[in-house]
Amino acid sequence: MIRFDNVSKRYPGGFEALTNVSLELEHGAMAFLTGHSGAGKSTLLKLIALIERITRGQLYVDGQNVSRISKRRIPYIRRKIGFIFQDHHLLFDRTVFDNVALPLVIAGYRHQEIGRRVRAALDKVGLLSKERLYPITLSGGEQQRVGIARAVVNKPMLLLADEPTGNLDPELSREVMGLFELFNRVGVSVLIASHDIALIEQLDHPVIGLEHGRLAAPAAASA
Amino acid sequence: MNRRHGNRQRSRFAWQETLRRALSPRTWLRRHAQVSLESLGRLSHNLVASLMTAAVIGIALALPAGLYVLLDNLHRLSGSWDGQAGLSVFLRQEISEPAAQQLAGTLQDWPEVATATLVTPAEALAEFGQHTGFADVIGSLDENPLPAVLLVTPAGGHTGPAAASALQQRLQDLPETEQAQLDLQWVQRLSAILAIAKRGVLIVSCLLALAVLLVVGNTIRLEIQNRREEIVVTKLIGATNGFIRRPFLYSGIWYGIFGATIAWLMVEAGFFILADPVQRLAGLYQSDFSLETLPVLLLFVLLGGGILLGLLGSWLAVGRHLDDIEPA
Repeated sequence: MIRFDNVSKRYPGGFEALTNVSLELEHGAMAFLTGHSGAGKSTLLKLIALIERITRGQLYVDGQNVSRISKRRIPYIRRKIGFIFQDHHLLFDRTVFDNVALPLVIAGYRHQEIGRRVRAALDKVGLLSKERLYPITLSGGEQQRVGIARAVVNKPMLLLADEPTGNLDPELSREVMGLFELFNRVGVSVLIASHDIALIEQLDHPVIGLEHGRLAAPAAASA
Repeated sequence: MNRRHGNRQRSRFAWQETLRRALSPRTWLRRHAQVSLESLGRLSHNLVASLMTAAVIGIALALPAGLYVLLDNLHRLSGSWDGQAGLSVFLRQEISEPAAQQLAGTLQDWPEVATATLVTPAEALAEFGQHTGFADVIGSLDENPLPAVLLVTPAGGHTGPAAASALQQRLQDLPETEQAQLDLQWVQRLSAILAIAKRGVLIVSCLLALAVLLVVGNTIRLEIQNRREEIVVTKLIGATNGFIRRPFLYSGIWYGIFGATIAWLMVEAGFFILADPVQRLAGLYQSDFSLETLPVLLLFVLLGGGILLGLLGSWLAVGRHLDDIEPA
């Protein structure tokens, strides 16, 4: 699903966030990405979503080499990916329903189809009763779940989550992770960046460790 | 391995599905209808601000439209006087009255001549005396100094300034003619002035069109800034530039439509206010002239121009500012 071949990322100004990273996430796999803040977790996810572009190496998403893909084709790659942000990036001037519907509107779905899929997604994250509310009236955990519903509504092949539990208490965090496992079970590949080692250890998934922009030894990652 | 294969299959299917959806004309129409209504809704959300922008555009469009219609009316007015334009052909002294009479008959047969009437020197003298009160002076003359005159009225279709001039030249070239004079030369001058005024209106129109472009562009630029967050989010979840551009372009189109409508109402109102005094003035000149407001064709030009300027203005703004907004 995702393959990094000796990928490096250098930001303008010279800071090298990732150095010679090679890794692979199989179709339908679920893995965690850990490391201290500044280790390059966010950068790695942004490279996959083509928010940042790689400086060296090769990057494949869904079998397609996206290393030098043209700007015009980026949107179509992003549609295969559901991205969940720590600060969820919801639009506060529209309802929960409209927020979740956005990816479907972008992809040009039919009205009835949008309603059906949005309700299914909201049902999965347990927010069906709140579709008419505005995000500002929801709690942090609920807002995060709206973000998840929006990420999965388009049935993406890959879910990327950047510190999805960063602002949540342990119980809500476990709930959110449970949701990711649920989607993974129906075939969605999942890659979650998190520094919540305690939570990660409770779950039985591979862990990719990053240290100062390089892959850490597997032992160090889970330590 | 199996799962991988299935996923690829699904991916191919999804890809085809996306393509099919994107290419279907009904989808396309539905999407555009949706977006245009959405943009309209957004404008109505900030009703006062939107109306103010539309009013500025309206004024900028009303000025050239109103001036054009005014000129058109003046042109029509000068045209109606063209019809009365006559020519006086002064004949050489040595031409005898029968010869002059015969010439009048010949002219009568020209296609560009409606009537040709002979005014003999004696008649001319009598008329001159009557009108000027110089009868006594004239009576003391030994000889009638006035030549015979043919009064020629051009036929319909030859009353325009150019055609009348051509006729004048043709009459001038006759061997019997001393001088052929086009009366109402001021009609020609008026139409020359009108031609200059038309150019002036054209220049003003161009400047005001530029103003509309800038107003729309600036309004859309502000809107893009206000919706920056939304643009970032939609880009993150796979919106194409076209998708993001579309609502702004429709906003521009709506501004154009409302601006043109306001301009139309302004022109109509202006002419409504002018109609009565103009009618009174025309009445004093025994004319049944009345102002004509925007013709239907010009209404469509106004609307089309508004839409085009709105679209172009928003296009420029979107092109300049949308690329700057990228998720980071």
